[in-house]
Amino acid sequence: MLRDIVSSFNKDRCLAGVVRAFPIVLGYVPVGFAYGVLAQKAGISTLNTILMSLLVYAGASQLIAVGLIATHSPPHSIILTTLVVNLRHLIMSSAIAPFLKRWRKLELGTFAYQLTDETFAIHSTQFPEEMPSKAEIFATNVTAQTAWVAGGWLGVAAGQLITDVRALALDYALPAMFTVLLALQLKTYVQGIVVLLTGLLSVVLLRAGIDQWNVIVATLLGATFGIIIEQWTKKSSS
Amino acid sequence: MDQKIIFLTILGMALVTYIPRLLPVWLLSSRSLPPLVIAWLRYVPVAVLAAMLVPTLMIQDERVYVGLDNLFLWATIPTLLVAWKTKSFFSSVVAGMACVAIARYIFGI
Repeated sequence: MLRDIVSSFNKDRCLAGVVRAFPIVLGYVPVGFAYGVLAQKAGISTLNTILMSLLVYAGASQLIAVGLIATHSPPHSIILTTLVVNLRHLIMSSAIAPFLKRWRKLELGTFAYQLTDETFAIHSTQFPEEMPSKAEIFATNVTAQTAWVAGGWLGVAAGQLITDVRALALDYALPAMFTVLLALQLKTYVQGIVVLLTGLLSVVLLRAGIDQWNVIVATLLGATFGIIIEQWTKKSSS
Repeated sequence: MDQKIIFLTILGMALVTYIPRLLPVWLLSSRSLPPLVIAWLRYVPVAVLAAMLVPTLMIQDERVYVGLDNLFLWATIPTLLVAWKTKSFFSSVVAGMACVAIARYIFGI
């Protein structure tokens, strides 16, 4: 695979992929920074903080894990929470799979490793329009992860200088990121209804004591509700 | 927490994160899914985001709270407006964070 990528290496192509990652880079550096600061405050070593960004590479669950480590939660509950929070990638991975026909297993494995909410948002917008070359796709993904790791590292470096994360609103970085991703993806109002219902359902489930599972259960029900409204409005309008 | 235990926790997190990312592209990339499933999958990204976001906006100190000093909730409005206006991921995140930071500074919340 490496030889293929090297032989198909084309500077312009790679550059196009890097440029496509720019909006992600601009989002990842501040959020990664927040992660780095909070990880440092939670007493996680610099090495472990960077390793988590390299090995796990999932913004939301890394921030959640840092919070859990800070409150001395047991490892098994941190891992279970991570699993549940990241189960959504099952669905994103399924949605992107049809575009990756004839890819080799190793290429798919590398692609999947760097599949995040944001790279998914970029690729799922781009692929239906015009399928980029593999080199271009990997250039986007590597650029994005580099920004994520670098942001985290900067956060660790600055962590000692920052005594109050609240003053810089770093604790709002993650909700802000989710809000913006939602705003940029909302196209129809069935989607809008799905957002409101799923969000409220998630709150209700959480308050009912179903923490950790609230995200996945609310998502499955919310998306199902969306498809029901869609089918129903189609039938009533035809 | 001991750094060795944190490292092992990270390895566990890496594994449970990678498997759900990998399995569908491995298993589904060579076959086509029924149209209804594909239509359903299109609602997933927004549903997931809402399920993760809304509790962080509405729950404070383990209870539902929507008062005026719930800054995360109200910051959603300027964040959304900037996002729709600029279509820029970065400007919108920074604008939202700035609103929260400024409100905290002014009102001392």
